[in-house]
Amino acid sequence: MKKNVMIVGVGGQGTILASKLLGNVALAAGYDVKVSEVHGMSQRGGSVVTYVRYGDGIESPIITEGEADYILSFEQVEAVRYLANLKTYGTIVVSTATVAPAGVLTGSAIYPYGILERLEEKNKDIKIVKVDADGIAKSLNFIRSANMALLGAFAAASDFDKQLWLDAIAEQIKPQFLEVNVKAFEEGYQTAKKQ
Amino acid sequence: MKKQLMMGNEAVARGLYEADCAAVFAYPGTPSTEITEFASEYDNITAEWSPNEKVALEAALGAATAGRRAFCAMKHVGLNVAADPLFTGAYIGVNAGLVIAVADDPGMFSSQNEQDTRRYAIAAKLPLLEPSDSAECKELTKLAFEISEKFDIPVILRLSTRVAHTRSQVELQEREIVAPKDYVKNDSKNVMIPAYARGRRVDLEKRLTALREYSETSGINKVFEGTGTGIIAAGTPFRYARESAPDGCGFLQLRMLNPFPDALANKFASEYDKTVVVEELDPVIEERCRIIGLNVVGRELFSGIGELSQRVIAEKLGGKAAEFVVSDEEIPPRPPLLCAGCPHRGVFYLLSKMKLIVSGDIGCYALGASAPLRAVDTTVCMGASVSGLHGMLKAKPELSDKAVAVIGDSTFIHSGITGLIDIVYNRSNATVIILDNRITGMTGHQNNPANGFDIHGNEAPAIDLEQLCRAVGVKRVVMCDPYDLVESEKVIKQELAAAEPSVIIMRRPCALLKNVEKRKPLTVDADKCKGCKKCTGLGCPAISFSDKKAAIDLFSCVGCGICADVCSFGAIERGDK
Repeated sequence: MKKNVMIVGVGGQGTILASKLLGNVALAAGYDVKVSEVHGMSQRGGSVVTYVRYGDGIESPIITEGEADYILSFEQVEAVRYLANLKTYGTIVVSTATVAPAGVLTGSAIYPYGILERLEEKNKDIKIVKVDADGIAKSLNFIRSANMALLGAFAAASDFDKQLWLDAIAEQIKPQFLEVNVKAFEEGYQTAKKQ
Repeated sequence: MKKQLMMGNEAVARGLYEADCAAVFAYPGTPSTEITEFASEYDNITAEWSPNEKVALEAALGAATAGRRAFCAMKHVGLNVAADPLFTGAYIGVNAGLVIAVADDPGMFSSQNEQDTRRYAIAAKLPLLEPSDSAECKELTKLAFEISEKFDIPVILRLSTRVAHTRSQVELQEREIVAPKDYVKNDSKNVMIPAYARGRRVDLEKRLTALREYSETSGINKVFEGTGTGIIAAGTPFRYARESAPDGCGFLQLRMLNPFPDALANKFASEYDKTVVVEELDPVIEERCRIIGLNVVGRELFSGIGELSQRVIAEKLGGKAAEFVVSDEEIPPRPPLLCAGCPHRGVFYLLSKMKLIVSGDIGCYALGASAPLRAVDTTVCMGASVSGLHGMLKAKPELSDKAVAVIGDSTFIHSGITGLIDIVYNRSNATVIILDNRITGMTGHQNNPANGFDIHGNEAPAIDLEQLCRAVGVKRVVMCDPYDLVESEKVIKQELAAAEPSVIIMRRPCALLKNVEKRKPLTVDADKCKGCKKCTGLGCPAISFSDKKAAIDLFSCVGCGICADVCSFGAIERGDK
């Protein structure tokens, strides 16, 4: 068995923390794991990609076209930017947040609103789980828990024991922020279970 | 012991700890930076940020000569800076072990070129080891020290972005204490005057012969038996090939590429119908195979540009490549930007507005080259902004009021100061702008000799940049706040007009630093906004434009206020007013 997860988003959204958590969960589940990140230039608000691969005997650290079982995206457009990497019957877990790229900010490009709905319409084999992660985080008065809400949704869509996630979160998050992050995770989890 | 996930760089640092390395020296450079940061967390290792890679390698050579295991780390282009001690270091050898980690960047994720460090190892006659995952990063770091001491030679540990920045399983072991070696004066070994260097030159060949024997027979290079096609590879390309080459292929994994195990490769190739070399960047393995008479396939299948992947190998070797779908939507590109509140933004806005030639440098401020600012004219390497401007003005003195150099605080210390000395000594009427944001930014916030803190965040003596510039003979040194656009423009104009060299120090800490006070966000008065887009021309991620009006995002704005200065209609209001 081998599973490939691409975690994508905008630099600064917390993709690296998410990949760290998923890597630790997969390791705790007894799998071989590789988590590949790119640092440097891409941190400055650019499009960022992290590859997480787990299973038996993981060799390559990267995920190429048609190989990802999941795309976990922190932003709508980013989910579609890396579509080619998804298996033709893969799953996208995506935050409905939108972050305008430079061209959109300056008015030289248009943000493709409704992109997820159009994708759903055209590719019936691809499963899309949409999560209002920012909304969950705002309802908890802790905007920085949005990535936990998204991870919760991913946890529901993937096949690990939930307790492994809770253990990994407890290990990674500072005690004073743990409760609210776990709440966000739970809400994301429930949201995805309903879809 | 329990296995844990570690980044390749973290595993190298763990290897340093377990091998009882005493001293670590480095200048930050993606993708090598974290090795030194992780190493600094071990109490028994003295780790420090050096002013540049040449200093780092010379210090490491000194530490090894004194008799303690030493290490330095750098990115591939850093080795250009450190090449001088590298070549002669091979002649001298070591007392206690010396390991030099160099991280290449195939695909140029955060670099200006794609040079191949393996060429350096061959040219400098140094052994080169190459891990393919984090476990090997730790194993080969430790082995490198043994090889260094056994064969009296510095050892290069070559990493790549994928090895350095991939987390994979590592089994921790205990530190093995290594007794310091005595320092004994040995001038014919350590003093490289011609008379002694000639002797060491002969000795180096003897050491290389012994190292070649080690490469052949020690088992450091690994054979995985198969039939049909034999694949020779190293680093992550070996992992890609293992994943997607057709079933049954045999593998020779080179973990010591120099000296090359000629006989081993020959024997390996003789057992297969066809031998394929899988490597990124230069055809170093392939060329060696051809020199020893092996008929291998390599570059004709795999490009030397950018990264390889399991998919490329599957496609070329007849394995199975996955199907995929593409979107027909137009996806707007998302390039990296200068952050909201970045103190460099206003300076680039002014330079662009004044239509100046900007001799640029390496760091966050290279982003000043991106749209919409597009202020930078040249970027070559660390320090080239200052010396490049000097050359421009020597060729065309009439550009002295139309061109500036722009360089960061850390880069100025690294190698900008030498260019400034050239400007003074050889009398070019240059204007140099130091963007002093009190940190080494692009590599992820490392302290440096100019900001008053050491690698641990403890207070350290701070080089006074103003005094430094005056000391080399620049009489016009002006301090300026880059958040004050009006004053900044006045100062730049005044210094360009001056009839002698000047330095403008634009001082304002990086907006991402934790201790930087955030001001209240600004707001756009929609009634006053005429939709002229002057503010969006700043390329600030907090400013957007829709329905013919500008808007400022409450959460990302840090209140720098540059947009308010830029607005011709007084439509942007400061939060503190």
